[in-house]
Amino acid sequence: MIPSGFEYHRPSDLPTAVKILDEHGDEARVLAGGHSIIPMMKLRMADLSHLIDLQDVASLKEVSVAGDTVTIGAMVTQAELISNDALAKAAPILREAALQIADPQVRYVGTVGGNVANGDPGNDMPGLMQCLGATYVLYGSDGEREVDAREFYEAAYMTARADNEILTHIKIKATTAGYAYEKQKRKIGDYATAAAAVLIEQSGGKVTSASIAMTNLSDTPIHSTGAGDALVGTACDAAAISSAIAAMQADILPNEDNRGPIEFKRHVAATMLRRAIERAWSRA
Amino acid sequence: MKDLTEDQIERAAKLKGMGTSRKRVEDVRFTQGKGNYVDDIKLDGMLFGDFVRSPYAHARVKSINIEEAMKVPGVVAVLTAKDLEPLSLHWMPTLAGDKQMVLADGKVLFQGQEVAFVVASDRYAAADAVELVEVDYEELPVIVNPFEALKSDVVLREDIKDETSGAHGPRNHHNHIFTWTEGNEAATEQAIDSAEVVAEEMVYYHRTHPCPLETCGTVASMDKVTGKLTVWGTFQAPHVVRTVASLLSGIEEHNIRVISPDIGGGFGNKVGVYPGYICAIVASIVTGKPVKWIEDRMDNLMATAFARDYWMKGRISATKDGKITGLHCHVTADHGAFDACADPTKFPAGFFHICTGSYDIPAAFVKVDGVYTNKAPGGVAYRCSFRVTEAAYFIERMIEVLAIELNMDAAELRRINFIRADQFPYQSALGWEYDSGDYHTAWDKALKAVDYEGLRKEQAQRIEDFKAGKTRKLLGIGLTHFTEIVGAGPVKNCDILGMGMFDSCEIRIHPTGSAIARLGTISQGQAHATTFAQILATETGIPADSITIEEGDTDTAPYGLGTYGSRSTPVAGAATALAGRKIRAKAQMIAAYLLEVHDDDVEWDVDRFSVKGAPERFKTMKEIAYAAYNQAIPGLEPGLEAVSYYDPPNMTYPFGAYICVMEVDVDTGQWDIRQFYALDDCGTRINPMVIDGQVHGGVTEALAIAMGQEIAYDDMGNVKTGTLMDFFLPTAWEVPNYTTDHTVTPSPHHPIGAKGVGESPNVGGVPAFSNAVHDAFRAFGLRQSHMPHDHWRIWKIASDLGLHA
Ligand SMILES: Cc1cc2nc3c(=O)[nH]c(=O)nc-3n(C[C@H](O)[C@H](O)[C@H](O)COP(=O)(O)OP(=O)(O)OC[C@H]3O[C@@H](n4cnc5c(N)ncnc54)[C@H](O)[C@@H]3O)c2cc1C
Repeated sequence: MIPSGFEYHRPSDLPTAVKILDEHGDEARVLAGGHSIIPMMKLRMADLSHLIDLQDVASLKEVSVAGDTVTIGAMVTQAELISNDALAKAAPILREAALQIADPQVRYVGTVGGNVANGDPGNDMPGLMQCLGATYVLYGSDGEREVDAREFYEAAYMTARADNEILTHIKIKATTAGYAYEKQKRKIGDYATAAAAVLIEQSGGKVTSASIAMTNLSDTPIHSTGAGDALVGTACDAAAISSAIAAMQADILPNEDNRGPIEFKRHVAATMLRRAIERAWSRA
Repeated sequence: MKDLTEDQIERAAKLKGMGTSRKRVEDVRFTQGKGNYVDDIKLDGMLFGDFVRSPYAHARVKSINIEEAMKVPGVVAVLTAKDLEPLSLHWMPTLAGDKQMVLADGKVLFQGQEVAFVVASDRYAAADAVELVEVDYEELPVIVNPFEALKSDVVLREDIKDETSGAHGPRNHHNHIFTWTEGNEAATEQAIDSAEVVAEEMVYYHRTHPCPLETCGTVASMDKVTGKLTVWGTFQAPHVVRTVASLLSGIEEHNIRVISPDIGGGFGNKVGVYPGYICAIVASIVTGKPVKWIEDRMDNLMATAFARDYWMKGRISATKDGKITGLHCHVTADHGAFDACADPTKFPAGFFHICTGSYDIPAAFVKVDGVYTNKAPGGVAYRCSFRVTEAAYFIERMIEVLAIELNMDAAELRRINFIRADQFPYQSALGWEYDSGDYHTAWDKALKAVDYEGLRKEQAQRIEDFKAGKTRKLLGIGLTHFTEIVGAGPVKNCDILGMGMFDSCEIRIHPTGSAIARLGTISQGQAHATTFAQILATETGIPADSITIEEGDTDTAPYGLGTYGSRSTPVAGAATALAGRKIRAKAQMIAAYLLEVHDDDVEWDVDRFSVKGAPERFKTMKEIAYAAYNQAIPGLEPGLEAVSYYDPPNMTYPFGAYICVMEVDVDTGQWDIRQFYALDDCGTRINPMVIDGQVHGGVTEALAIAMGQEIAYDDMGNVKTGTLMDFFLPTAWEVPNYTTDHTVTPSPHHPIGAKGVGESPNVGGVPAFSNAVHDAFRAFGLRQSHMPHDHWRIWKIASDLGLHA
């Protein structure tokens, strides 16, 4: 439980941070809240010679809500997702989901950027960002580029981000859709056995659009377009919910682990999704 | 006793003696981060040790190459079994009469086993070097199941493969350790054969771990000039550690000083002697420098003592009206790779034969087979007296299963089988003499407190609603009436490595009327400094706030067997009261002299002796203490001191009634504790607040064990639950509010009638939680489902019963 030695860097601007990344290649990694990377180093599952701490890069800590565009800096803490009222108004599902991450101690330090960039299928924010249709802004020596959250995740810990790129911001559109984040975990501080993020818009008692994403049920978060489509045009009745669940089941591929066997996870996934749809619909 | 006058009540209150919820004096430092734990000890030039551990559960160690490791800057030495062999320290005796490898001697027998000990100038260097020690392993077939072990040709313990007898008698297979029996087998078989109703069940109490917040550790410091070895460590029994260290090392016992500083929880994990202690001591002797070894969390969960792992096959018989006639139990006990159980020598299954519980069972028989497997050694009493939690869980499950067989209410079945108050002292069929109890009174009080009948009605309605599709949650009512056996114990039948299990207290009263008392026990959070001062306050009339309690330093404290098995109050508490009475006896003579009357003409009066019939003529303890040091009193030595070594005549038998009301979600397996009621009878109550604290903590551990806490292995012997992400330690979020209650049935043989309470909540809590889960599904046909009841296992119960269709 002791990491091997490493160099600690603390730049105060992005170009310097990227320069250090470029210099050391895959020997280097940026450090955000450290609540995923430091445990990995202590377990000696990650062996890094250089850590580049981003906490002095002020621009990464900004939150702005301008019209219907919400921008969240990568270094914004998970706790701030809960305490920031403007965010909670623009996209209330953020607060509901953030409250279900780990515990207050982790959330005060853990960041949004670290959570989505990490690429751990157990993280809650990646599924949430897919549900919201977020865009990630990446910065590297070649400048800035944008990647759709739904295109970002390739496999466990493998993302579209290049080793020498830094995620700077997350952009989402403000939404008044009915929302719900349902998560089952074994205890406080645990990752999801299964979790479902749901946004539903309606008009005249009929679903006009639905977005559904699932967490920790595959080696990446799963945005199930089939599940969302199954609800559109319906009154979100029992039959529609059942077809959404069936479509979701076709998209996920859970593994057996200490949380339980595959059939259990599928059952819990169905239950989480049913509850999330019902709650989102009641708020739509 | 005479009623106290107002003046006496006022003076008694100032003492903060027995019965007072005195605030814990230890918490002043603990809550400010000012505790002093082993890892806080920092000595000049101190080195750090760390282990190379086996990644395999069973493998031959073909070679160990330390060359690269020795090149890491700061590394001083890498010890292997070869280095320890000349000292005969590559193996060590266990508390259970077996022996255990200190460092891998030719093979490894469990994942996490100690293979080499790296000593370096700091922790980081040691950890780096651990990675560079090259060990060549040849994998061997792994056995993690004790039933398979007894059938397998694979020999785990090659060192004793030809020995047909071990410390506890004959061995019938190379992976078998012992068979131990108690009771009358023929009479029990006869009772069961001729019974109207018989229930049979396999009850498994899974492997778990005490997981104290502070892991195990030590600092060993050999002073080559004075020849003195000082060892600080997380020891629940420091005096025994000194004796063992002397016997193993050949260093004379007066040249060894063992100190247990503040201990951050023990729960049985810190009773045993571990390779880390031996290696740190050897390394200090070799290098002449202090050496520290501290486990990390994964080491602790993987390698130092686990608890339970008992497969208990039971048969219980009764008349059709529910009167129990016989109980038979055969345990297959998985002890792991070495038999390192912390049990009194004579009892290889501890006090498991308390398994007739609170019931008057005329015929009973138990047989326990100990078995080696490729798992970590241990088998400690995790917050219970030796194997008492296993016993309580077994009988409380068997009662529930019998109730199902009889189609009877489980509360009623218990009531008609309780040992009656007039039967005490009660001789159990398995050989114990229960000292005192009043089970019916406690039971009725508990059932009334939770409105048991109302709960059953609500449950019946819930079942209707569930069947009608109105709810997906079931309601479980978990009942337990437990009887413990604690306070080990009478020297005539309780010893550890030959040391009788007495305990001790030594008191010195200072001239100004304050005092210090030292005991052979050691607090790990149980508030000894608070409560033992209260016993003395009542016994000697010196305010508790003026009494220092000290434990854990073998150079200053009197010899004792330490703290575990709820023995501190029953044994050291008794010694404390008796030492206090010796002080009082001398004080009486001093008072009589000062008051110029005969010894018999003064009487004890809360905090003073006064002349009989003339209470205005008195000498306070403060005055008496001063006189003891500044006057020549004819016929009396100066000073005011006393020592008492106490050998208890019997164990004590605390009991309690616990009821848990639980909601269970059949779709997710999630549970919610709606109510938890705990009635404890621990005899005389010394500090009600401390008792409540012990109950809260113990029920919380019981919740953890019953609902998820587990040391699980895969088929290859890999530990699957080696971190706190997977090993369940509940937080405030998972823990319900507890309602505590009590009755008071003093122990007739204990000087103050106290019985010990620290472990009752774990013993009673586990069956209460587990029975609640079972009870929720009883109406749908569930008889037995093994713990831990985590989400997926509860879901599986529902699934197997067809409740997801
Ligand atoms: C006990 C515990 C329980 C937890 N439970 C949950 C849970 O229930 N749900 C959940 O979602 N998470 C959980 N977490 C994880 C937690 O939310 C972490 O904070 C989060 O996964 C990582 O964020 P961080 O800021 O700590 O990132 P770090 O650990 O610092 O970094 C994580 C990874 O992302 C990379 N990275 C970080 N920031 C950037 C960036 N701006 N650009 C590019 N790469 C970057 C790092 O290089 C590293 O590889 C838990 C953690 C702990 C310790």
